[in-house]
Amino acid sequence: MLSIKNIHASIEGKEILKGLSLDVKAGEVHAIMGPNGSGKSTLASVLAGREEYEVTEGTIDFGGKELLELSPEERAKEGLFLAFQYPVEIPGVSTTNFIKAALNEKRKYQGLEPLDAASFLKLLKEKAALLELDKSLLSRSLNEGFSGGEKKRNEIFQMAVLDPKLTILDETDSGLDIDALRIVAKGVNTLRNESHAIIVITHYQRLLNYLQPDFVHVLMNGRIVKSGGKELALELEEKGYDFIKEEMQESLTA
Amino acid sequence: MSDEMQLLEERVNREYEFGFTTDIETDTIPKGLSEDVVRLISKKKNEPEWLLEWRLKAFRHWQTLKMPKWAHLKYPEIDFQDIIYYAAPKTSKVKPDSLDEVDPELLKTFEKLGISLKEQKRLTGVAVDVVMDSVSVATTFQSQLAEKGIIFCSMSEAIQKHPDLVRKYLGTVVPMTDNFFAALNSAVFSDGSFCYIPKGVRCPMELSTYFRINQENSGQFERTLIVAEDGAYVSYLEGCTAPRRDENQLHAAIVEILAGDEAEVKYSTVQNWYPGDENGVGGVYNFVTKRGLCRGHHSKISWTQVETGSAITWKYPSVILKGDYSIGEFYSVALTTGAQQADTGTKMQHIGKNTRSRIVSKGISAGKSQNSYRGLVHVAKGAENTRNFSQCDSLLLGDKCGAHTFPYIESRNNTAIVEHEATTSKIGEDQLFYCEQRGLDAEKAVALIVTGFAKEVMNNLPMEFAVEAQKLLAVSLEGSVG
Ligand SMILES: Nc1ncnc2c1ncn2[C@@H]1O[C@H](COP(=O)(O)OP(=O)(O)OP(=O)(O)O)[C@@H](O)[C@H]1O
Ligand SMILES: [Mg+2]
Repeated sequence: MLSIKNIHASIEGKEILKGLSLDVKAGEVHAIMGPNGSGKSTLASVLAGREEYEVTEGTIDFGGKELLELSPEERAKEGLFLAFQYPVEIPGVSTTNFIKAALNEKRKYQGLEPLDAASFLKLLKEKAALLELDKSLLSRSLNEGFSGGEKKRNEIFQMAVLDPKLTILDETDSGLDIDALRIVAKGVNTLRNESHAIIVITHYQRLLNYLQPDFVHVLMNGRIVKSGGKELALELEEKGYDFIKEEMQESLTA
Repeated sequence: MSDEMQLLEERVNREYEFGFTTDIETDTIPKGLSEDVVRLISKKKNEPEWLLEWRLKAFRHWQTLKMPKWAHLKYPEIDFQDIIYYAAPKTSKVKPDSLDEVDPELLKTFEKLGISLKEQKRLTGVAVDVVMDSVSVATTFQSQLAEKGIIFCSMSEAIQKHPDLVRKYLGTVVPMTDNFFAALNSAVFSDGSFCYIPKGVRCPMELSTYFRINQENSGQFERTLIVAEDGAYVSYLEGCTAPRRDENQLHAAIVEILAGDEAEVKYSTVQNWYPGDENGVGGVYNFVTKRGLCRGHHSKISWTQVETGSAITWKYPSVILKGDYSIGEFYSVALTTGAQQADTGTKMQHIGKNTRSRIVSKGISAGKSQNSYRGLVHVAKGAENTRNFSQCDSLLLGDKCGAHTFPYIESRNNTAIVEHEATTSKIGEDQLFYCEQRGLDAEKAVALIVTGFAKEVMNNLPMEFAVEAQKLLAVSLEGSVG
């Protein structure tokens, strides 16, 4: 589904990703952890096509297409969804109208008619219920005045409506209270299926407890330096990143 | 600037969709302005003596005035001798009695503009008066309205059929001496709409006027007068377009509104005159004086405008709040792209006690355009307990355009509460990227963000009009983002 090969990416002349490779198959959940500033959000941005990031080397295959050749909106319509670390506010545009526009663009891309009003409302209701989102939130301006947790839940709600093939969750768990974390995790788990791959960027074990990732990767200095199963996350939580740094030192001196 | 912003900017050359001309025989008079021209116009319109005198007085006054220069606008001197002051499509009659007598070419023109003059074809109950160049060519639903005692006709017709009413009210809200363009209009005004709602009558349908400039080098000087007697209600719509031309065309209109005790008038405009090309060649110079007088207690006048057209806009729809407890409102969206310049806003003059006014202005600037809000809130000495709230927001698309806000407050009464809020924001790369990540291309994203920004004003437009206005915003924005 997604095959990242030796990606180098820089912003404002500064190289952030330094030869990152990662393979994600349909149905898998991958967690990416790593210290602040190691390049996790950069990876998400590069995948989503944010153009401030210049990719200087490498290839990314997404469902048989070269992702780097697609515009951000094409990537989205091909089924890539990024739940933002910092979702933006759009005054005057309700979540309902926003998601309707997004959904219909995607449908148009797939050669489908826009969803009729009744089916759309039904879909909206169902997904809002899944994320226990208050209906009044959907008629308010997108993210405007939303609490941190509401913004994150709204991201997952949008994911649920758009039904992507590949979802990248960039620290969706940060800022969530205990209940919200459970709700979001439930939402993500419900949408977990054979054809949906998920990349979870996080600093903490607690979301992973719910999600039970198939793989955990450690990103440091712009590269994936260690990969393992879900137990790697527990080890990190316990020991911090220092032990990996030490391992790296050792492998260098060995 | 990001690539997609640039890409959008490169697509600036979007055709103005109403830029076609109608090939029709026109009765025009030679260019230039003099007492003789004023007399000729009055004669062509078969006007009574008092009106000719009135025009001449205005003309003589105009000659003593200079063009105002205080607005944040740049334009060359206008040569007032280089303009045609009267142009009328030639039909067998001044105003045909039925549509069968209207030149088919004219009907076609308005069909093309999306305005059907055939009453049975109109889906919703909207009566229209259409004005091409200097004359009204058709007014619909007149008989139906007449049953309720409502007069809705062209100004020329009103002058013939209801001279007393016209004489009583003409120039009472905007005196001929008001300003340079008001004096000019009073001297040479051609046609426009007249609307009279008698006491206690709620007008059962929207009334609308559609203005179209067709003739080359001609100015359009229409004049609209709306009188709502005590307890009357009317919602009025105005739309306008002009062909693409390389020369600038002058449009200097006057709209006067009077509202009696407990009367309410809603006036909505979608102004879409030809804006000129992206280099500022051609386009309409739009110098308009619009004013309402809340004469009676508890009366209400509300202006809503969506301004997307014209090379230059100079326009300040105002309300004189004379009656106690009267209400004035001004809702405006002004979108400038390319090389357009707009200086627009309002004046709220609080004279009566317990009067209230509300101003919501949304300016959107793109390209290398300049967009200014200019507003005055005046509270007279005796205006106890008045309230005003003003909200002026500017949205910038790109970094070559300008947004300016000039709010003036003059309060002579210390019981007044006057509040003003202003914000300026830019469409951020973050917002754009967020939308793109959800599958909306940059153009759609910008349209969506702008629509959201203008929502509070759009919500005030009558339903069908709001949909049109929203489309117009999107179309006007297409390619003009950068
Ligand atoms: N616009 C920019 N200009 C310069 N440097 C940038 C820019 N954006 C990001 N960086 C730098 O790139 C590096 C990686 O940032 P990134 O946001 O990808 O880290 P992260 O792993 O997501 O961190 P966190 O865990 O704090 O979210 C950081 O050093 C950051 O300062
Ligand atoms: Mg990050």
